[in-house]
This record gives sequence, structure tokens and C-alpha cells, in this order.
Amino acid sequence: MDFVSFLIQILNSLQYGLLLFLVASGLTLVFGIMGIINLAHGSFYMVGAYLALALTSLTGNLMLAIALGIPLAFVFGALLEWLLFSHLYKRDHLEQVLLTYGLILIFEELRSLAVGDDVHGVAIPAIFSASIPLSENLSYPVYRIVISVVCLALAAGLYFLIQKTRLGMMIRAGSHDRDMVKALGIDINLLYRTVFALGVALAALAGMLAAPISSVYPGMGSSVLIISFVIVVIGGVGSVWGALVAALLIGFADTFGKVLVPDLAGLMVYLVMAGVLLWRPEGIFKKG
Amino acid sequence: MNPRISMFLKLAVLAGVVAFPAFGSDFYAELVAKVLILAIFAMSLDLLVGFTGLVSFGHAAYFGVAAYAVALLTPQYDPANLWLALPLSIGAAAAAAFLIGLFVLRTKGIYFIMVTLAFAQMAYYVFHDTPLGGGSDGIYLNFKPDTSIAGWAPFDLNEPLHLYYFVVAALLVVFGLLKLVLRSPFGRVLVGIRSNEHRMLSLGYATFRYKLAAFTLAGALAGVAGFLYAVLFGFVTPEYLSWHKSGDVLLMVILGGMGNLVGAIAGAVAIVGLQEVFTGWTKHWQLIMGLTIVAAVLFMPGGLTAVPGRILNWKNGGAK
Amino acid sequence: MNASLDSRVLARETLLSAERMTRRFGGLAANQDVNISLERGVLHALLGPNGAGKSTCINMLSGDLPPSEGTIRFKGDDITGLTSHQRSKIGIGRSYQRTNIFPKFTVLENCRLAAQSRNPRPWRLFADALRLSDTVERAKAAIAEAGLAGREGRIAGTMSHGEQRQLEIAMVLATDAEVLLLDEPLAGMGSEESAQMVTLLNRLKATRAILLVEHDMDAVFAVADRITVMVNGQVLESGTPERIRNSPDVQQAYLGHEAEHV
Repeated sequence: MDFVSFLIQILNSLQYGLLLFLVASGLTLVFGIMGIINLAHGSFYMVGAYLALALTSLTGNLMLAIALGIPLAFVFGALLEWLLFSHLYKRDHLEQVLLTYGLILIFEELRSLAVGDDVHGVAIPAIFSASIPLSENLSYPVYRIVISVVCLALAAGLYFLIQKTRLGMMIRAGSHDRDMVKALGIDINLLYRTVFALGVALAALAGMLAAPISSVYPGMGSSVLIISFVIVVIGGVGSVWGALVAALLIGFADTFGKVLVPDLAGLMVYLVMAGVLLWRPEGIFKKG
Repeated sequence: MNPRISMFLKLAVLAGVVAFPAFGSDFYAELVAKVLILAIFAMSLDLLVGFTGLVSFGHAAYFGVAAYAVALLTPQYDPANLWLALPLSIGAAAAAAFLIGLFVLRTKGIYFIMVTLAFAQMAYYVFHDTPLGGGSDGIYLNFKPDTSIAGWAPFDLNEPLHLYYFVVAALLVVFGLLKLVLRSPFGRVLVGIRSNEHRMLSLGYATFRYKLAAFTLAGALAGVAGFLYAVLFGFVTPEYLSWHKSGDVLLMVILGGMGNLVGAIAGAVAIVGLQEVFTGWTKHWQLIMGLTIVAAVLFMPGGLTAVPGRILNWKNGGAK
Repeated sequence: MNASLDSRVLARETLLSAERMTRRFGGLAANQDVNISLERGVLHALLGPNGAGKSTCINMLSGDLPPSEGTIRFKGDDITGLTSHQRSKIGIGRSYQRTNIFPKFTVLENCRLAAQSRNPRPWRLFADALRLSDTVERAKAAIAEAGLAGREGRIAGTMSHGEQRQLEIAMVLATDAEVLLLDEPLAGMGSEESAQMVTLLNRLKATRAILLVEHDMDAVFAVADRITVMVNGQVLESGTPERIRNSPDVQQAYLGHEAEHV
């Protein structure tokens, strides 16, 4: 592989990994803080992508669509938590698995009813539609770099939120001792609702960003979900930092896997997971 | 429930199942056979979930491995021999379960759920992406296995009636086997592990080995179901290992009431029954299914077999 | 009197011992260079105020917690690396401070599982566990020894706290352990049950080595042959009950006003 192709794969790996991080961070936060395993998390990614589709055809501009979509996703997440997930905190993992599995079915069918089962494309915004030439015949799409930049900014924002703000302090406290948080007079219900909605919004945003490059299609939620699970397992449940490291690891493993061993491409991710499991069964950065 | 009534009900249902083909059409016989096979699948998972406390979200992997095994073992122009194909398929499923178990049993709780899902997905990709099993199209089982021993065939699986009773017999054998295992010293340890694994360790039990054995046995029995399913329908696709399949069987176990073999059977009947009813109403039947599941979790903890007890409880004014 | 008691203790077979056993959590040393030795025929009490490190000590001896430093020996062999299940198999039994039973099983099944661990026979898939009489008899004997005879059919989780503590003991007895590590077995027991437990402990120590972590001073001085006092993760003093009772260091650090009553 020559240098330019190698560089392209590095950029692709980063972009893919960072996008996965957005999705996985929500999943690991929700589990770390509230102790809920949510199989429907992949559906939020799908919802984001379809939101991008709908809002872009409405407004004609993906960026506007994203700007509108984020608050919508946040409200959607808050509603969902209030209606359903708030009942799951005291239930065991089995019931959570079951209920969220039912949710996946509901979301998939609602999507099918609303938008049908076809594959759709979403246009890249005009200002990002150029490509940067890297060599005589290879160039790299600006939009992919934009995705990476946005995700990095969000990662930084998330770090700032968790480490430096009061909400972040509550999040960190809540993940260690729920009763203590309540005793401190913090409204735990509001905290949980906020964290959940944040997770939904992050996953939906990832879907919106990814829509132009991965297309919008029915199975997209499932595939991202399982990879998110792998990332959370490798990174350690509840660890946002771990999710970032693991997501990048997976991004590289998957991208280079597809290039170097195309027949085993789908398996690379799981082989990495198997390897990590042998070494550290509780994840590289286990919480606490 | 009074043990005599319970036994009577079970025997009545069994009699009904045995007598069914005489009254029902061929289509319904195939449907009932499918339900019975899925009941075997559900019981095998119940061993893990309901009795050992291991929530596996990847049980379809072993179901699928056995199904592919029998399809791959069947030559292009000849049937395979049942008495070879069945043990080999079960063996393949058991081997897969043993290997995957070595990895996944290193984890606990939520990690376990996630890694069992992930490994099953890995198995799915093996069959979906590689030419091993015909890729995403799947493969046909050209001939149903031949049952001859030294030239004499005791029954013919091509006859729907024979196949039906073969499935019934398999269900009874698996049920009986599980009952025996669960009352054995080994089975008692599994239930102890579910109740308090830490205590079992401090009492001197090497719990990892027991869990691995249970995982392998459950995989083998899932393989029985997978084998029968492939023989019944005549083709195998990667969807047999999909996580939807793993989710469905987990649903059957949980809805039927865990830790109760009859519950697993009831769960299988309920889920397949609901699927048949819902598909009759609309092509978007999964929506109704999803709503039913959500409602069931919210309003019916304990599953189906807990329902009679809860109704009695409610009638007696909650006194217990 | 002290000297001869000491020499009697020294002459016995050392079953479990710890040398320079240390456990750190981050920067905090929960146990620092703890030396302790358990001999057959000796009941060794471990005392100390809350936070002294007694739980950490017993956890390291039972294998529930690995030590950061130090060596643990069983009959002379180094067992520092053995896990709790391995230690149980060689004859080290543990009862827990927070009742650690199988709440939904009967008293008999709790003890039967404990007894079965000695002869697990996992390959006998077609045997009915309840019909394996040697296991069931041993369970029943342990239940009787712990004072729960007649209550075999009770569901463990429905019993009183004191009865559950008795069950904890019964389970350890059912494993036929040579070394008993007992973590506050008397906690929550009424005076009659406590007296029964004291009688049982006096009987048991003849053939086994017992480590007893307890707060009930009357019981401790009624059964202990040797006492080790821990403060802030370290051994303050170790010796006969007389010496401990009369030690000014111990009185100051721990016994306080209780020394006046003894």
C-alpha cells in the first residue's frame, strides 16, 4: 500500500471510530449511570439518520436539518425516558433486555410504516462536497474530515461536561452512588432523564452525520448496535474514555481489516473483542 | 397448582399433541412440529437462563451451527445417514458452545449478555460472508436424512407423520434428559450458582467448569433443535444465527417463566402462536409483537407460568 | 499459668499461618505486615475496633481477597495464590459477617450443597442428588450440630436473623473444614443462641483450628485460647486472654471501659 492510500485508510479509520464513539458514549453513559442495558440504542442512530433524511428534504440543507434534529432527538429521548425507561431502573437486566428488544421491533416497524423499506441517500451540503486532492488520482472528501472534526469537538465537549461542570459532577457522582446523590438533594429523576436524552441525542447526531456517507437503510440500527456493544465491552462499561479508545481501536481494526483481509472483514471486530476478553474480561478501563 | 392437576394437564396436552396429526391438516402439523422444535430450543436456553442464571443473547449460534452441519453433511445426490448426521451436528454445536464458552464465561452480568450477542454475530458473519455455507443465500438440504441401519430403515423422515413423531420423541427425550440433569448433583450446583455464585465458590465449587459444562450442554441441545429445524424445512440460511433468532428464543424463555421447563415450552407455544396471529392481521406484525413484549414486561413480571399463581393470589385477596 | 498455656499452644500443629500479610487499597494499607497463626485445638480470636482491618485479614486468609504482599501457608505449603474455592477444597472454611446463604432454598438444601462440595460427583448426571445419602446425612449432622435440628424444611430466607447465622455455621460444618474462619457468627443472636454457639465453639476447637472475629466480649473470653488485637491495620498485641486483658496498650486502644467490667 502506498503512502497516500495508507493515509486515506488512517483518515477513514479515525472518522469511523469517532462516529462509533458518539454512539457508544451514550450507551456506556446510560449503563454506567443508570445501570440499564438498552438494546434499542442502535435505533436512535437509525432515527437520527431518518430524521436527517426527512428534515433535509424539508429544508433542503443537511446542516439546518442537523441543527433542528438535535433538539428534536433530545426531546424524544426525554419523553422516552419518562414514559418507559424510568420504569426499568429497578428491574433486572433480563427484563431490560426484553423490553428494549421489543422497542427495536416497534421502532423498525414504525420506520417501515412511515418511510418504507427503501434505501435512501442524503446529499452532502454543498460547501463540504469538495475533495482534497492528495495525489495524482486520489483525493479525500472534505465531508469526512468535517465528520471527524465535529466528533472530536463533541468528544472534547463531553470531556468538559463530565469533568468540569456541575452536571458532570452529578453524573460522576451518580455513577458511583445513587443513594448518595439523592441524599445530596439532587433531583435524580431529572439527572437520569438528562443523561438518557443526551445519549439519545448523541446517537441520533451520529446517524445524521453518517447519513450522507453510509446511506439511510433499514438495517443500519442493528449493525451499529452490536459494534457499540463490542466497544462498551472492550472499553469498560461506564467509561467514556474507554469508549473513545475502544471505538478508535475498532475503527482501525475494521477499516484496515477490510483492506488487508477482505474475506474476514466482518470478523475483525469480534476477533479484537475476543483478544481483549482473554486479557481483561472487564474491559480495558473498568469503572471504579 | 395442585401437583395432580398439573400432571393431568401435562398428560392431556401430550395426548393432544400425539393425536394431533389425525385431526389437523398437513399445514398445521408442520406448524405444530415447528413449535415443538422451538420448544426444544427454548428448553435448552432455559437451562442457562432459568437454572444457571446465565443470560445468553447468542444462543441461536448453536442452533444455526447444527442446522448448517446437517446441510453440509448431506451430499449432493444422496441423503445423509441420520445416525451419523445427528450426533455429528450435535457435536458441532457442542464444540462451538464449548469454544465460545471459554471466552464468554470469563465475563459476568451485562458484559456476558453483550459478548454472547457479539460472538453469535461473529458466527453469523462466518456463514454470511464466507462461501462455507453458500453465503447469504443459504443452502438447501437436498435430502432428508435416511434412517437405515444395516439396510433396514425403521422409519422414513420424508413421511410427514414419521417426521412429526420423530420431533415429538426428540422433545420428550430432551425434556426427560433435562429433568434428570437438573435433579442430579451437577444440576443442583447450577441452581446454586444462580442463587449465590460467590457462596458456591467459597464452598469449594469450581464454578467456571460447571458453567462451561452447562453452556456446552445447552449448546448441544440447541443443536438438536437446529438439526430438526433444518430437516423439517429443508433449507438453512444465516438468519438461523441472527440475533433476532437469539432474541426470539430468549423471549420464549422469559415470557414462559424461567426456571421451569414446561414454562419454556409454553413460551414457545405462545410466541409462535402470537406470531401466527399477528402475521394474519398485518404485514407490520412486528409492531404488535413489540408492543406486546413491552406490555408484558411492564405488566407481567414472572412470565406466563406465573400467571395462574398470580390470578389465584389476586382472587385470594393477595394473601400468601 | 501463662507460660504453660503458651507452650501448649506452641506445641500444636500449625494449620494456617500468615507472614507479613499486607493489603493496600491505593495509598491506604488496610493490613500491614500482619502475622497470625492458627493451630489445631486452638481458638484464636481476632479483635479490634471498627476499621482495624479484621475483615480484610479474614478475607485474605479465606482467599476472597489477594494480599498485596506476604505469604499464607496451609500445613506448611504456600497457598498465597490459591483462590477461595481452592482453599475451601483443601479444608479452609469460612462463614460470613453478612449472611451469605441461599435464601430461596431450604435449610437442608443449603447444607446439602455445602456437604456435596466434598464429593461433588458432577459426572453422575442420572443420580438423584437428594438420594445420595452420605451427603444428606452429613448435612443433617451439621444442621443438628449448629442447633437447627428439626428446621431442615424451612426456607432459609424466611428464618430469623439468628437462625440464619446458625445456618451460616452449619454450612461451614458441613464442609468438614479443618480450619474455620468465623466472621462475627454471634452478631444478632439472642443470649440463648449465643450460649449454644459458645458451647459449640468449645466443642469444635478440640479438633480444628478456629479464627474468630467477634465483638461480643463475654463470648470471646469464654472460648478464646489466644487473642490478637488489631488497630489501624496492624497487630497491636497478641497473646493469651489474660495478657490481653491486662495489657495497658490494648486497654487504651480498644477495650476502654469494658476492661473494668471484665
